Amino acid sequence: MYLPALALVLFFIVYPFFNGLKISFTDWDGFSQTFDWVGFSQYKRMFTDPNTWLVVKNTLIYGLCSTLFQNIFGLLYALLLNQQIRFRNFTRIIVYLPVIISPFIMGYIWYFFFAFQGGALNDLLKFLGFHQVNALGNPHANIWIIVLVNTYQFVGVAMIIYLAGLQSISKEYYEASQIDGATLFQQFKNITFPLLAPSITINIVLNIIGGLKLFDVIVSLTGGGPGYASQSMSTYMYTLYFDQQDAGYAATQGVLMAVIILLLSLVALVILRRKEVEA
Amino acid sequence: MSRASKNWLSVLVLFIALIHVIPFYILITMSLKKNNDFSSRWAFPSHISWENFKDAWQQASLGPAFLNTAIITVIAGALLILVGSLAAYPLARRQTRLNQYVYVFFIAIMVIPPLTALVPLYKMVVSMGMINTRTIAILNNIAAFLPLTIFLYSGFIKSTIPKELEEAALIDGATTMGIFFKVIFPLLKPVTATVIILSAVYIWNDYQFAIFFLQDKSVHTLTVAMSSFFSSNVDNLNLVAAAALLAILPMTILFLFLQRFFIEGLAAGSVKG
Repeated sequence: MYLPALALVLFFIVYPFFNGLKISFTDWDGFSQTFDWVGFSQYKRMFTDPNTWLVVKNTLIYGLCSTLFQNIFGLLYALLLNQQIRFRNFTRIIVYLPVIISPFIMGYIWYFFFAFQGGALNDLLKFLGFHQVNALGNPHANIWIIVLVNTYQFVGVAMIIYLAGLQSISKEYYEASQIDGATLFQQFKNITFPLLAPSITINIVLNIIGGLKLFDVIVSLTGGGPGYASQSMSTYMYTLYFDQQDAGYAATQGVLMAVIILLLSLVALVILRRKEVEA
Repeated sequence: MSRASKNWLSVLVLFIALIHVIPFYILITMSLKKNNDFSSRWAFPSHISWENFKDAWQQASLGPAFLNTAIITVIAGALLILVGSLAAYPLARRQTRLNQYVYVFFIAIMVIPPLTALVPLYKMVVSMGMINTRTIAILNNIAAFLPLTIFLYSGFIKSTIPKELEEAALIDGATTMGIFFKVIFPLLKPVTATVIILSAVYIWNDYQFAIFFLQDKSVHTLTVAMSSFFSSNVDNLNLVAAAALLAILPMTILFLFLQRFFIEGLAAGSVKG
């Protein structure tokens, strides 16, 4: 009964994946019928290509920093919105709304905010009497804008997972600790935080994988520019293949990307699972 | 908590909501203003102009793009449910050594991002002559989403469907397929709802497959149509804003009406994923 599923996955994921390994040892240009085997030279090239290190660094920033911010804000929002206060449901819906919007279109929505010409940010700066800024054209700033947009878009997922985690913690623990005279901070440190461990694991692994794969929002927000400044491994691969007809090398970058994502998600999973057991 | 501190927290929560709403507010004011309106993006239009929506709808060919996106999402979603639940059933129920390996294999695939195999996948699709067909977008999306679907279905079957049901049907002489479609599948409704919501959001919003495999205008989905509309109208952002607003509208309306299902479905999907 699982044969159709197996066939689809083998044909569209596994086979291309191993075929990619093969192509990474060639100089294929992406459209010719012929190519040469070039051994490890694409790999040598990859390790000496300054762009490799730039895009790996960017990819790690996108993956790790988005994860950090999504978890900090997700947890804060969840703690706040778990209280019996007004506007609670309204804010949950608003914070969650971007999750269901295409990340590609989300990039345009934020482009309208940050654009040098006719962006909302510059209208605000002008109104306040500051200089206009070209935030998206600044290679040091735009990486962080991408982190911001990705965090903004998916903080709702972290929030909901933390809310579910908070609601599964028995009220009795809090009542008991209150009798013992525990402060709010002590309650958080000794009850809430350890019992949220499974939610933390899920959020971190989910966000790392999502962040390292980042593609859509970069294309629509900065186009990877200026130059290669805000490219991730995904967009670099796309550029190599479709703009530079460098398919063999693009496949090599794909192998590196798969290795990095595999390693990081495994490391995160192992560390966090061990912490969970201790807690 | 005292009433006063509750009120302060309510104010803080409302402030958070306002911050999060800013991009949408800008999007709305922009789409309601003409291109020659140089007022601040933050100012609500003094004269509301609906023309942008009409022009954007026509010039960006949003109608056909909606149709393509809907066809791909509905067909891929339906097949995903069928193929995924069929696969999950034996993996959850008959835990032979082979089946355990197959299950682990499906789970392991989840870590491979589809994009890492872009080059060979593209090559394969071109050689099959399937570039610029909705079929390839459907197949790619199913394959990409199958591991999570199988994971969700088999988790649900293991934890909530009692074995006695199938044993009773087996004694009555039903076949495995008969048992699956008549007894098991109807009981999978809650997890099917989760799969539908997760996969619909993912496939409807897909850009990375669509931009590679659907480059011809006749098969453009919403995201690809938006991409080409933006490049030809960078000097008329108001028009692009109107198109973006139209493009996100169906999913947003669906979400606002069914938000409880969306939020629960997604939480369930990711907690188990």
